[in-house]
Amino acid sequence: MMAEYDLIFAILFQLAQLLLVVLLAPLLSGWVNQCQAWLQNRSGAGVLQPYRVLRKLFHKDAVIAHNASPLFRVTPYIVFGCMWLAAAIIPIIAVDLPFSQAADVIALVGVFALARVFISLAAMDIGTAFGSLGARREMLVSFLAEPALLMVLFTASMISHSTQLPRIVDTLAHHQFVLYPSLAFAALAFVIVLLAENARIPVDNPGTHLELTMIHEAMILEYSARHLALIEWASSLKLFAYISIGIALFLPHGIAEVGNWAGLPLAILLLLLKLMLAGAGLAVLETVMAKMRIFRAPEFLGTAFLLAVLGLLIHFLLGA
Amino acid sequence: MDDIVILPLDVIGWSVQFWIVLGAAGLLLQRVPRLINDVIFPLSALVSLSLAAAGLWALAVAPGVMVLPLGLPDLPFHLRLDPLSGIFLILLGGASFGVSLYSAGYFKSMAGGTLGLLCLQYHLFLVGMTLVLLADDAYMFMVAWEAMALASYFLVTTDHSIPDIRKAGYLYLLIAHVGAIAILLSFGVMQGGNGIAAYTFDAMRSAHLDPFWSSAAFLLALFGFGAKAGVLPMHVWLPEAHPAAPSPVSALMSGVMLKTAIYGILRVTFDLLDTQLWWWGVLALGLGLLTAVFGVMFAAVQGDMKRLLAYSSIENIGLLLVGIGLTIIFHVYGKDALAALALTATLYHSLNHAMFKSLLFIGTGSILHATGERNMGRLGGLIRRMPWAAALMLVGVLAISGLPPLNGFVSEWLLLQAFLLSPGLPNSYINMLVPVAAAVIALAAALAAYVMVKFYGVIFLGQPREHALEHAHDADIWERIGMGWLALACVVLGLAPVFVVGQLDHVSQMLLGAQLGNAAGNWVFLAPVDTERASYSPLYFLLAVLGVMLLASVLVRHLYHGRVRRSDPWDCGFPAQTARMQDTAEGFGQPIRRIFEPFFKIEREVPSPFDTHPRYHGQSDDRLWYILYLPVKHLTEKLSSLAGMLQHGRIHLYLTYTFVTLVVLLVFV
Repeated sequence: MMAEYDLIFAILFQLAQLLLVVLLAPLLSGWVNQCQAWLQNRSGAGVLQPYRVLRKLFHKDAVIAHNASPLFRVTPYIVFGCMWLAAAIIPIIAVDLPFSQAADVIALVGVFALARVFISLAAMDIGTAFGSLGARREMLVSFLAEPALLMVLFTASMISHSTQLPRIVDTLAHHQFVLYPSLAFAALAFVIVLLAENARIPVDNPGTHLELTMIHEAMILEYSARHLALIEWASSLKLFAYISIGIALFLPHGIAEVGNWAGLPLAILLLLLKLMLAGAGLAVLETVMAKMRIFRAPEFLGTAFLLAVLGLLIHFLLGA
Repeated sequence: MDDIVILPLDVIGWSVQFWIVLGAAGLLLQRVPRLINDVIFPLSALVSLSLAAAGLWALAVAPGVMVLPLGLPDLPFHLRLDPLSGIFLILLGGASFGVSLYSAGYFKSMAGGTLGLLCLQYHLFLVGMTLVLLADDAYMFMVAWEAMALASYFLVTTDHSIPDIRKAGYLYLLIAHVGAIAILLSFGVMQGGNGIAAYTFDAMRSAHLDPFWSSAAFLLALFGFGAKAGVLPMHVWLPEAHPAAPSPVSALMSGVMLKTAIYGILRVTFDLLDTQLWWWGVLALGLGLLTAVFGVMFAAVQGDMKRLLAYSSIENIGLLLVGIGLTIIFHVYGKDALAALALTATLYHSLNHAMFKSLLFIGTGSILHATGERNMGRLGGLIRRMPWAAALMLVGVLAISGLPPLNGFVSEWLLLQAFLLSPGLPNSYINMLVPVAAAVIALAAALAAYVMVKFYGVIFLGQPREHALEHAHDADIWERIGMGWLALACVVLGLAPVFVVGQLDHVSQMLLGAQLGNAAGNWVFLAPVDTERASYSPLYFLLAVLGVMLLASVLVRHLYHGRVRRSDPWDCGFPAQTARMQDTAEGFGQPIRRIFEPFFKIEREVPSPFDTHPRYHGQSDDRLWYILYLPVKHLTEKLSSLAGMLQHGRIHLYLTYTFVTLVVLLVFV
């Protein structure tokens, strides 16, 4: 009987996290923007601004190009679904998430890839110059960022002898505090991947509409209203998912153990603190760096890839 | 009365005979091409299905053996059907079922005479491949191998009036035969000088070779089968021959024929040779990685859609070779459970590649028929003219990009799991190689997605780049059924990995004496080693993605509205949009060409700013062709021109040669 109750609680918990991330993700984006505003001596629009933007967009009529195919219309839902799922399977509050058995770290990278392929295809659908430019650049950035992310996750998998996220986090969180040299390399690589995959400075600029430099914005130029809202929300979820991965791999301490319901409030409090810190850190990084030319981006990401492989190699050589 | 026992091998025997009859009937019926299209090809597809069923059946029963009193006196043909043959027969039957159905629609426009001959060659090709998988002696194997090579050569040169196609066919035939000689030599080594009685595979299995001769046999087999599979540096024929052949033939060659070479490597390495050495695995792994990265890099810069797919096949063959290399390494070090994992990944990927690559190749056939164009730079926007072909090919594109929950992801997942489980090998050099290899595999997989976005985006999405595309027609009903079958296979192989792995276990048991099994113990979760380590459930994955998508769309429409207005594209307010402002295939591949510039031999003609009729020309060539092949070609030409000095076509000169030779021989002997 006990096991069955545990399963029911775990499923409830999974659903709760599903709800939590989708509601919390825009807040994180708002927080990052607000921090940036403060760093630039602006007062900023407030942390709730992303919600207002979403509400405004959902109320508008969608405007679609005459020649848009069904692929174009279904893509926002696919991207939103993938990112929502990705954010919901990363253990950040407690480690028992039943869905993690269905999708491990390799599948997590697969979810990101699925969303990326669809949004790139949708960008090419209308046949505008900017759309295909954005799609090409997005794929260019990701063909180096994706293997780097995979290598980062592999390093953590090697340490914990598992590719399942709850197991990885459990192992990393509950060992006595040791500094894994391989994870240090992985962390560096991960930060670069995070910046690149979330269309952040120095690879892309989320605030830009300067045509020649944009990547992500170029892909979604043709979207409006609810489609755009879903894509913006998905971007927030993606940022949330990446920061969650970072927390889960490199700062998992304080996460609630299996069945430890009493530890949940503390775990949630700690999580909020970590998210705030990570968001502020991201804002600082973006403020101190300058956007680089698009053809410097492969070098930048190549560095991440090499660092990640180096981390994995160090684990193989030193066993740590 | 005795019970009549039917064995899988009998079913296959009937199937092969039926195929031969169908091929001959095609030749006889060439005056009524309608019959060939509407009757013979669908019947042929049914035979494929029976072959696949027999293959599946053969996995569970004891190996069947048969001796055919054909061939030379005292050298009968031996046939044997074991699980390894069975898996590849399923692959052959499953892929050719779709391709044959498709062919029923595809060849409608072809003239009767050519069609009759093509029908015969098509069926001989299928028969050749089947017999390669069944052969149980070197003689039969080589006969079947050559039949397959010749039939496919004639199929490649179907449009032999075009000089480029004749050239491509010649290159293919040449490399196929260099490979065949190496395979023959490999069999010779394994026979071990035991005389003609040892030409059966059974005799080779029981022979014991010392490491030197084992290695010689393995290297010759790797070279010979590698030439057929397109392993670096014998890959040059693939991007020439695949575009030259009619699309269903390209599909069979790429989807199935390349796998017979993989079958050959597995058969020789694990079945015929009794010992393996660790460095064979490292060699196969290294060659596989090189081939994979090379293939995908070149695929990214192609402008011809069939050449792009051919290079992508090279990449996939590379991945298969990596799997074989890992299997050898694990097997040598006694980690048979892991070897079974790597072997399962290899076989799984073989099946997957057969399905999605056949699908994509026949899809290009429909595009070719609809538009008459292979150059992606003249296509575009076809999703609106060819919705069926576009939808079915999207499945293939997602599958080959290794995206969950389709089949490409499962084999990639298994292969990466094999890498992750590898620490603890006693050889520290291999331990260092493994993470690097995993990184290269991940890079190749990510680049494959790049290539496929380019392939699909440039062909199907955007605006049509030529006016003629406005009149493109969709695939016909047979073509849709054929493509639909292969797309369905991609989905089923993706969603039911536990069942597939269970079947592949029969092969692992036979070759390695170990099974992968499923630690999860149910059919929903795939958990190769133990559930704590790794598990994956494509079904739950699909349900979850669909669930959240549906939830999102219902909520959005319910809480707000579903109003849509159509207008001109926005494009940052830029008013003068033309189709020429989109990325071409070259444009989309440009970043890759720029990043990997040293690997390509690039020729560029860039117009000056003052040209009134600017023309841009760029071509990326394979350096290996210039480094390895051209010198050999020049040397051969030089030698043959030297030999030509002897030839004057005058009879008295030849009589003098004969006389001089005789005198010289008499002096020596």
